Amino acid sequence: MKNRYLRVAVIALLLQLSQLARAEEMIMTRSVLPFPEAMLALQESITAHGYTVSRVQRIDIGLTGMGYKTDKYRVVFAGKIDEIRMLKEKSPLMAPYLPPKVSIFAEGEQTVLATINPKLYADIAGDAVDPVIFDRWESDLRSIFHDVNIAR
Amino acid sequence: MRLIFLVISLALMPVVMAAPDGSALYAGHCSACHGDEGGGGVGVPLSLPSFLESVDDGFLARTIRHGRPGRVMPAFSKLSDAQINAIVSHIRGWSKKPAPQFSMQLVQGDAAHGQKLYASYCAGCHGADGEGGKGTGVTFSRRRDLPIIAPALNNPGFLEAVSDEMIRHTLLYGREGTPMRSFLVQGLSEQDIDDLVSHVRSFAAREAAPVKPAVDITETVIVAESSYTLEETVENLKAAIVGQNFILIRTDTLEHGLVPEGEENQQEVILHFCNFSFLFDALLVDPRVGMFLPCRVTVIEKDGKVTVSTINPLYLSHLFNNAELDEFCEQMHGLYSAIIEDATL
Repeated sequence: MKNRYLRVAVIALLLQLSQLARAEEMIMTRSVLPFPEAMLALQESITAHGYTVSRVQRIDIGLTGMGYKTDKYRVVFAGKIDEIRMLKEKSPLMAPYLPPKVSIFAEGEQTVLATINPKLYADIAGDAVDPVIFDRWESDLRSIFHDVNIAR
Repeated sequence: MRLIFLVISLALMPVVMAAPDGSALYAGHCSACHGDEGGGGVGVPLSLPSFLESVDDGFLARTIRHGRPGRVMPAFSKLSDAQINAIVSHIRGWSKKPAPQFSMQLVQGDAAHGQKLYASYCAGCHGADGEGGKGTGVTFSRRRDLPIIAPALNNPGFLEAVSDEMIRHTLLYGREGTPMRSFLVQGLSEQDIDDLVSHVRSFAAREAAPVKPAVDITETVIVAESSYTLEETVENLKAAIVGQNFILIRTDTLEHGLVPEGEENQQEVILHFCNFSFLFDALLVDPRVGMFLPCRVTVIEKDGKVTVSTINPLYLSHLFNNAELDEFCEQMHGLYSAIIEDATL
């Protein structure tokens, strides 16, 4: 009898979670911080979540160097080497998407962050890769974006 | 039976017990584009007093539900009516005045006469066929002194959301703080305005079918096997990249920055390159385009086989809901394909 009610509770919980599930393919957030502070918060949170920032591509520097007027715009690449190696080994089609990246750009005195929802990578990687890794990436990314969003 | 009832009751309990939090929903779904206080950004400003005074709650709710196909604003099909209404209430909270009420009744006007007036008075901003202004929001890629982009009046999402009466109200009174001026002040009669409304409504009947790219957008990557060695392929790619008017920025390994220097797998090379003019134009169309950046080609040698690959911009283009950007993605798909073909054949 007890198990029966436990099962009921679990099913109910799953139904609730399914209502919350969102299939957003792009994850975005806004920080009230100016670009330099938001950039710092982003890199700190990436590191705190166990990922290595492998490169920061300074898009705005390239554009201004060529004479175009633009605000701050960077692309931050980050990953964990063991995961990156596993993915390119199991699914070579993933290689052009690695390491994952976050776009960060100034919008006046605030900053906007945008990235592909890692869940989308499951379609690219195919059956060879357990999609649980992309669920974790999504969870980590949302947590990182939340950190930047609430940073003051 | 009782068990099923219990499961359903438990599942629905949070929905029944807690009313949706409009502020939290706005923060989660809207603020990244429209700003925390509705000041605009990638998305249009929502807190503009003249905007809130000229749109009813139904228009806001239908806009959230249906979005603007091809014009960045996504359709939030998974939000419940209660959640959408909560977001609308949150947005409405920025206005000190009560929400206007517009009926869904069609305005009776002479669409043919409206078409002539439209060409003279509206097409300059809204486009000859109601396709709207170019670009998105008020980001760095757009002059900040222009508070709003002329909406696409022929957009199926707009036509679904708007009532004739709301269009009429906007034409009669304009929107202060935007280039949209009162047409009464500009000398049109109320009958002229009704004719214009009928013409705008007629866009629904002649809405063009979306153009589908000729290539298979289910392909997630553009990939080819090279008949050359890794080193030869990299050199070929460098020449092909320059040949397609790109500037080669850097060549490094895929593992660069992830492992100590010298420990990277040297059989996995990435070439980074850019055409700044192309990039600048793409950023004007959509500032989120960084997800494609920088342009890269990955070369991997494994088991004696050299493979060259890139992301497929056409595969990613659907993320943006931006028809203007789709054109750039098609161009970029062609350029990537040409570079890889030049280097590997």
